[in-house]
Amino acid sequence: MIRVVLPAHLRALARVDGEVELQVAGTVTQQSVLDALEASFPMLRGTIRDQDSGRRRAFVRFFACEQDLSHEQPDAPLPEPVATGAEPYLIVGAMAGG
Amino acid sequence: MAGWAECLAAVEGVPVSGVRVLVGTRKGAFVLTSDGKRDQWAVSQPHFPGWEIYHVKGSPANPDRVWASQSSGWFGQVIQRSDDGGATWAPVGNKFSYDGTPGTHLWYDGTPHPWEFARVWHLEPSRDDPDTVYAGVEDAGLFRSTDGGQQWQELPGLRMHKSGPSWQPGAGGMCLHTIILDPATPGRIYAAISAAGAFRSDDAGETWQPVNHGLHSEGIPDPDAEVGHCVHRIAQHPARPSVLYMQKHWDVMRSDDAGDSWHEISGNLPTDFGFPIDVHAHDPQTIYVVPITSDSHHFVPEGKLRVYRSRTGGDEWEALTNGLPQQNCYVNVLRDAMAVDSLDDCGIYFGTSGGQVYVSADAGDNWTPIVRDLPAVLSVEVQTLS
Repeated sequence: MIRVVLPAHLRALARVDGEVELQVAGTVTQQSVLDALEASFPMLRGTIRDQDSGRRRAFVRFFACEQDLSHEQPDAPLPEPVATGAEPYLIVGAMAGG
Repeated sequence: MAGWAECLAAVEGVPVSGVRVLVGTRKGAFVLTSDGKRDQWAVSQPHFPGWEIYHVKGSPANPDRVWASQSSGWFGQVIQRSDDGGATWAPVGNKFSYDGTPGTHLWYDGTPHPWEFARVWHLEPSRDDPDTVYAGVEDAGLFRSTDGGQQWQELPGLRMHKSGPSWQPGAGGMCLHTIILDPATPGRIYAAISAAGAFRSDDAGETWQPVNHGLHSEGIPDPDAEVGHCVHRIAQHPARPSVLYMQKHWDVMRSDDAGDSWHEISGNLPTDFGFPIDVHAHDPQTIYVVPITSDSHHFVPEGKLRVYRSRTGGDEWEALTNGLPQQNCYVNVLRDAMAVDSLDDCGIYFGTSGGQVYVSADAGDNWTPIVRDLPAVLSVEVQTLS
């Protein structure tokens, strides 16, 4: 079971509280996690990555296990603690006032 | 405040009527409801709190169906649809892909810049099909959904007009902000873009022609420029559809021939800069604007919030001030933030950058705030319910 933490605005859009838990088949990568997330919550399509290019939106970052994974290859395996569910995969929006 | 149900608790057997005001703000959407008197209001909790709501508009074909453009610099574009008059909402499709290879327009510095989708500025529901809705977007393009918002297809003829590569954005972005579906001529659509100008299609959006003859804009070297005009808003009365009223960046304009030519009607306005323009529901010659000091001072002149009304289709204007602040007021009113209802005593509504939404239940003679402390208002629409 993969654990995903969404930023507050996306939790509201997906109508979830707390972490999201996902089943991901095969190698656990950022792409496979985001594919599973969007399959379970279609309203999140386009809010994290561009629907045409698949590129991460500019003000969104990905973290896990105290690492910034935002610039890793989308198909690179995620750290083992994420794949086992020991650690969550964090989707983070840039901080800003206003 | 009384709730909506209480507001409508009319004497049994007497037809009820009322209004639903749909307000988009920098930090959410609000639904304001009242009966036909429009003196007591129910104010909803914020919908989509924290998100920018550029526009909320109801379907004329099914007033329970309401559309909202929800966007965020972080998370992009979401389209929300309500099928119960704005009480509950569900997200629908949000994929806005330009048709083919988008090409370039001009950037602020005059260099080519790729067409990039930013947000939906305006949603225009079909007059007769609740599943069909048009979307005006930044960078300027016109999209349409015919399946209740699940899928969106561009009508590329507008963006691919031969003048498209020369279009440039206004300071707020290159937005398609006005869509008018002509009520009398099948297939006729008007669209307006900042800062490309006004366009008309007579074949349901397949092909377009600029309709900007008579517009003159400071900063455009060619006095007969076909495009490049910063049109802020166009309004039409359904009973006289060939007459169009325009608030341009500077100048208030009128066309009597469906946009083929324009002439200025600014008359005695204190300033002819502004954003919204609207038409009385029952009198095609009565129009409203909110003059703003200038394009460098985006607030009302002299600290006074004044709506100006012309009963003569322009040129002769009177200030409407009763109930509006006449000192120390420095708000702006944006292009989509004025609306009229169609009750017998026509109601006029507008929202400000200071978060006030005002109503006049007597065509502008007297005003009162419905709410004073919303986030900055981006859009105001009203549905007349019966």
